[in-house]
Amino acid sequence: MNDATFLEYVVFFAAAVMILGGAVGVVAFRNPVHAALGLVLTLFGVAVQFVAMEAHFLAAVQIIVYAGAIVVLFLFVIMLLGVDRSIDLSIEPLNVQRPLAAIMSVGLLALIGAAIVQSRDALEINPGTGVDTATATGDNDANINQLATNLFGDHVFAFQLTSVLLIVAVVGTVLMTRKWPKGAEEPVEDVA
Amino acid sequence: MLAQVDTFVGPEVNWFALSPLIALVAGALLMMLAGALTPRWPNGLYALACATTAGTAGALAMVQWDDITDNGPTTLVAGAVAFDTFSMFVTILICVSIILVAMLADDYLRGTPNDGPEIYALLLTAGAGGVVMASANDLIVLFLGLETLSLALYVLAASNRRSNRSGESGIKYFVLGGFASAFFLYGIALVYGATGTTNISEMVVALQNTVDLETPDGLALAGVALLLVGLGFKVAAVPFHIWTPDVYQGAPSPVTAFMASVAKAAAFAAMLRVLVIALPFYRDDWRPVIWVLALLSLLVGSVVAVVQTDVKRMLAYSSISHAGFLLVGVEAAGHTAGELDPGSGMSAVMLYLMLYSVMVIGSFAVVLVVQRHAGGDSSIEAFRGLSMRRPAIATAFTVFLLAQAGVPFTSGFIAKFGVIQAAVDVDSYAIAVIAMVSAVIAAFVYLRIMLTVWTGTPAENSEPIRVPLAVGVTIAGAAVFTLFAGIIPGWLIDATDTVTQYAR
Repeated sequence: MNDATFLEYVVFFAAAVMILGGAVGVVAFRNPVHAALGLVLTLFGVAVQFVAMEAHFLAAVQIIVYAGAIVVLFLFVIMLLGVDRSIDLSIEPLNVQRPLAAIMSVGLLALIGAAIVQSRDALEINPGTGVDTATATGDNDANINQLATNLFGDHVFAFQLTSVLLIVAVVGTVLMTRKWPKGAEEPVEDVA
Repeated sequence: MLAQVDTFVGPEVNWFALSPLIALVAGALLMMLAGALTPRWPNGLYALACATTAGTAGALAMVQWDDITDNGPTTLVAGAVAFDTFSMFVTILICVSIILVAMLADDYLRGTPNDGPEIYALLLTAGAGGVVMASANDLIVLFLGLETLSLALYVLAASNRRSNRSGESGIKYFVLGGFASAFFLYGIALVYGATGTTNISEMVVALQNTVDLETPDGLALAGVALLLVGLGFKVAAVPFHIWTPDVYQGAPSPVTAFMASVAKAAAFAAMLRVLVIALPFYRDDWRPVIWVLALLSLLVGSVVAVVQTDVKRMLAYSSISHAGFLLVGVEAAGHTAGELDPGSGMSAVMLYLMLYSVMVIGSFAVVLVVQRHAGGDSSIEAFRGLSMRRPAIATAFTVFLLAQAGVPFTSGFIAKFGVIQAAVDVDSYAIAVIAMVSAVIAAFVYLRIMLTVWTGTPAENSEPIRVPLAVGVTIAGAAVFTLFAGIIPGWLIDATDTVTQYAR
């Protein structure tokens, strides 16, 4: 960790700038399409960080799934709904909200930053047991093997649980997209 | 590479120990599958299938309970799930709540396009998420349970597509809930950074090992703070309560009953898991935070409820003040967290959750009946003169309200007495006194509703109030339980006393 080369620093900071710049762009752009493209930049930056940490498989998945599939889906929805134009977000019903939000976020950032700086040594006392030794064996597939062992070993319950989460998502979609015919009995709450 | 496949040994899975959870998920899947392949089922059969599934899961949990009390708690599937009486108690609670809510939902859904297996499948999967939250022995598993429960609730809250308020409540809950989940996840990441693991058992060991090393633990403390934000949102503690009144009011009444019982119980179980079981090492750091959350929830919940004019909003604020009482119990558990004698805080919270779930479902069942009759109006005016039109319903409603106020000979008294006693046991007198004062303030709200129910004369719209059989049975059952548990509480107290033998 301490003998990081100059090049590693350059890569890290370049990727960090990509991530943060993209994240600010998502929030700041007025045009939803631009915001979605800002998200692509962030996700690419994360992929670069994965490569820098030698987690090549995760980097590939990051690009294919997030930057490739999910953001394209975002863009599809944006186009389909026809909201691909700039909108004026400066109208604010509660005037105190924005300054308060700014104060809160700066405070939170300072707190978390201080916590990380203060306890940067803690990471060496309790190092994580993730896939950090992926390249130690010198095997090209070590990355995927370790990931699979983790996923189907220690975390197999969490892995299976995500399928329940997907069931909820599918059932929810069925429910929310169902057409309510005009002739159906008027549900009670609507009268109020 | 194929050789390596042979060397991989997966974790051992005790399928039978997981059976309550499997029953809930399998029931939901079977309902969806059978519902898609067959024509519309006769009236009430969907609800019956849902209630049967939940009943099976609850019965299986009782079988596991016996196993645990005989052989002691343990962990399952590579330490991901805790197999202890604590998780089984919450499982039984959730299953009972699902049965009651399914009986309420049946009549509510008839004649709408929602009368199909979907709502019931969502109730079951949400229940499974709650069970996972209560039995998680790994923060990642806990987060997945939280998301399963939350996603199902967002959809359920918005499920009445004809009502703008229902849609509004769904989207509000979704946006704020997503925000809170992000906080929770960030908290997990920071705690992982500080301890090197997300597994609760390993976390406890890692934290104990750092005692002598004078480790700067800002990372872990920041993580605990963010975890508290996420959990505080889910239990609706002030200042993370803003969503509660709007969501409770806008969501369909059966869903509101589900939120107030299952979601609250699961969130408090998760809170106890994370704070008392996983992080007793930091108990002196998180306990003051819980103290302040309890104080604010008690006062804001009871005072603001007084000025509401809508009964659903009143009950929403009263649920916030009940969250305050539960936090008093969590605070009491915090004094002795991690010690050999765990104190009475945890069992008091569990008892409170069980009793509160039943009375709150009963309350919302009455609201459902009145609201349907009044054409969607849940303001206090709709309840005027209920006693003259439906004396039985009015009597049951009075029982629920008295129980929520904590009047002796109802279950609410036992519940409130339990948490206050737990607080006094650990010399936490200040919060115990504040809790009692706020109970007096909150009693005013319940008295106001009762007065309207019993003294007013009904409006000219005096056609009889229709009470569907299943809803009537639910109200009667909940009222009988509320009185029975209030008069003979011994068996429940004995059961909750054993939940402190947790696994990790």
